[in-house]
Amino acid sequence: MKKVEIDAKGMHYTPLNKMIREAVKNGAKEIILDNVIGQRFIADGLKGDVTIRINGVAGGDLGMFMNGPTCIVNGNCDHAPGNTMDGGTIVIHGSAGDAVAHSMRGGKLFVEKNIGYRGGIHMKQYEEDRRPALVVGGASHAFLGEYMAGGLIIVLGIGQENPVMDRGIGSGIHGGMIVIRGEVKDELLGVGARKMEFGEKELEMITPYVEEFCKHFDTEPSGLLDTNYTCIVPASTRPFAGKYTWE
Amino acid sequence: MSLGSVPLKYKVTIDREQCMHCMRCINNCSYGVFHREDDRIIIDSRKCTACHHCISMCPRDAISLQERPVDYRSHPLWTAEAREDIINQARTGKIILAGMGNAKPYPVIFDRLVLDACQVTNPSIDPLREPMELRTYIGKKPPRLEIDKKDNGDIEMLTKLTPNLKLETPIMIGHMSYGAISLNAQLSLAKAVEKTGTFMGTGEGGLHEAIYPYQKNMIVQVASGRFGVDINYLERGAAIEIKIGQGAKPGIGGHLPGEKVCQDVSCTRMIPLGSDAISPAPHHDIYSIEDLAQLVRSLKEATEWKKPVFVKIAAVHNAAAIAAGIARSSADAVVIDGFRGGSGATPKVFRDNVGIPIEAAVASVDQKLKDQGIRNKISVIASGGIRNSADIAKSIALGADAVYIGTGALIAMGCRVCGQCYRGMCPWGIATQRQELVDRLDPEIESEHVANLIRSWTLELSELMGAAGINSIESLRSNRSRLRGYMLDEGTLDVLQVKPVGA
Ligand code: SF4
Ligand code: SF4
Repeated sequence: MKKVEIDAKGMHYTPLNKMIREAVKNGAKEIILDNVIGQRFIADGLKGDVTIRINGVAGGDLGMFMNGPTCIVNGNCDHAPGNTMDGGTIVIHGSAGDAVAHSMRGGKLFVEKNIGYRGGIHMKQYEEDRRPALVVGGASHAFLGEYMAGGLIIVLGIGQENPVMDRGIGSGIHGGMIVIRGEVKDELLGVGARKMEFGEKELEMITPYVEEFCKHFDTEPSGLLDTNYTCIVPASTRPFAGKYTWE
Repeated sequence: MSLGSVPLKYKVTIDREQCMHCMRCINNCSYGVFHREDDRIIIDSRKCTACHHCISMCPRDAISLQERPVDYRSHPLWTAEAREDIINQARTGKIILAGMGNAKPYPVIFDRLVLDACQVTNPSIDPLREPMELRTYIGKKPPRLEIDKKDNGDIEMLTKLTPNLKLETPIMIGHMSYGAISLNAQLSLAKAVEKTGTFMGTGEGGLHEAIYPYQKNMIVQVASGRFGVDINYLERGAAIEIKIGQGAKPGIGGHLPGEKVCQDVSCTRMIPLGSDAISPAPHHDIYSIEDLAQLVRSLKEATEWKKPVFVKIAAVHNAAAIAAGIARSSADAVVIDGFRGGSGATPKVFRDNVGIPIEAAVASVDQKLKDQGIRNKISVIASGGIRNSADIAKSIALGADAVYIGTGALIAMGCRVCGQCYRGMCPWGIATQRQELVDRLDPEIESEHVANLIRSWTLELSELMGAAGINSIESLRSNRSRLRGYMLDEGTLDVLQVKPVGA
């Protein structure tokens, strides 16, 4: 296993990404980036089987269009990690900004703490192998899972009484599922979203994701594996059908 | 009481004397206007869309079509259309969907601009005997070149050039997605741009495998739905275009109805079979001009800064200021889509009322970029309602580097601008996914038609340039002194920076 260490101190993102690509091309399986301080686009469009450990704060669009690699961030993330990502894993030991997992089509994204606005917006799925998952340990702000067309969002609310207290959950959702720990007030749901009973079947479905989350962040899943969740799904797969008439 | 039916839009008649009972019209009409009862062809005019497919295929020229055979009491304000829209909405309570571009009779600025020609003082040029330079480069141009002169006389250029697209003619085909149009239609366009050395847009529907052989002529689009967008798609394209807005519907997103999402469309867009493909109104990772710069750079970074990135906006009131912002974002070209731009399906109220004409938008964008000294940072592509080579020449003289054509290319394949694209039954095999209709369109033949159109317009363009004594497209660009406005008001002339005729 080839390990490459890069000191990102004071480096612009373009040469940094160049070095990452070069290392992957040369067969690196593990890349350690030290002193990362807000560099954007890390692992943007990167393919391959490699683990990138990011020590510091990752800038916007971490892992955008990425397909395959694993990014582990020891720190917080700016906006839109996992943007339009296709495959691979992002693990954030901290919180992330707005539009986390925007339009994500595949792979998994784990955030230890909180996320900002528009988390999981327009996530979609395609065939069996492209079913993206966003798991948030803490809380989320407004507009979670809007326009969602597929995939899974789980908000675990660890250490929170109400992990989602903002409105607009799942407006325009037409595929996929949003699972939030505890109760969610009806008035927080967006147009086109509805609650569905969270039962044993749903628990079984989320269990592997919860377990993986706990493995990444070294916590115990036992307290999280019950049916005390709210499940939010599309009221219809065709939210815009019926809005139009022909000329 | 019932509202009853509204009068027929079109009346179809068959000249029974002429008719030879070949029954082709029955098979040709995908809307079911004709059917056979015993030996007689029965006509249901209410189903007619004026697509002209039957008329074009009738061996005897026996079919006639009349628009609005029933008169309303004439009224300048309460037109038949105004009345019928109200009746429709009184019945349904819904938003009216319409196809193709703006159908209101706004004055066409192009038709009030005239081009110049040489007489006596400087000779015009015959393109037959003099080379005409129509080759166009889309992308950033350096403000100056740094050159190092070696002792041995060699010259080395120190300035690093950014990638440009090289077009053999300033005519490209705009973005019409697979899904909105058929694969055969897209394939025809792709073959045509390859033949003519230019480029076309994929639209936001991804890139079908059948188009891969033409990928070096494709501009791949990234729209708010991100359909079909992955790293391989970005790498395949010759350039990448971020679609912010569309001239036919500024400010709103798009929905491809689930009925149009067949197996192939589903794979290409990477969405489940039969699901609605919803493109939100904004990109939800772009809420500011800084965010746009971030998306531009993310696309450049993903493709290692090897590809030009375009940004397409609808022509709206502040297009010039927006374009100036885009010019500072690392983008290589800005596409301005005027309010006459086409669309498969658009809420009618948007199609007919939102946005501004391309002529004014291009002129003001070009002027603003020049005023700010950043015109070289970005190419300007005019799009929306370009009907002929004169419109192209005028667009370029108003400040565009190149144009996108859309509806024009579809008409070259048979489209008769019936405006029913959203129904998915296009009898010409263009705006449909029904295999039996798609099969009507032969990409070998139609690509030649589209290529011919591009060739004709390129020829005419060089003739127009030659007549004006211009031998390079660069000398026409933004050369407003070669335009005059005819019966244009002072305000418009001022925006266009064009003098009136005679001045
Ligand atoms: S296509 Fe023309 S000739 Fe043939 S049946 Fe129809 S109207 Fe008659
Ligand atoms: S593409 Fe087809 S449906 Fe659309 S306007 Fe043209 S002929 Fe009519």
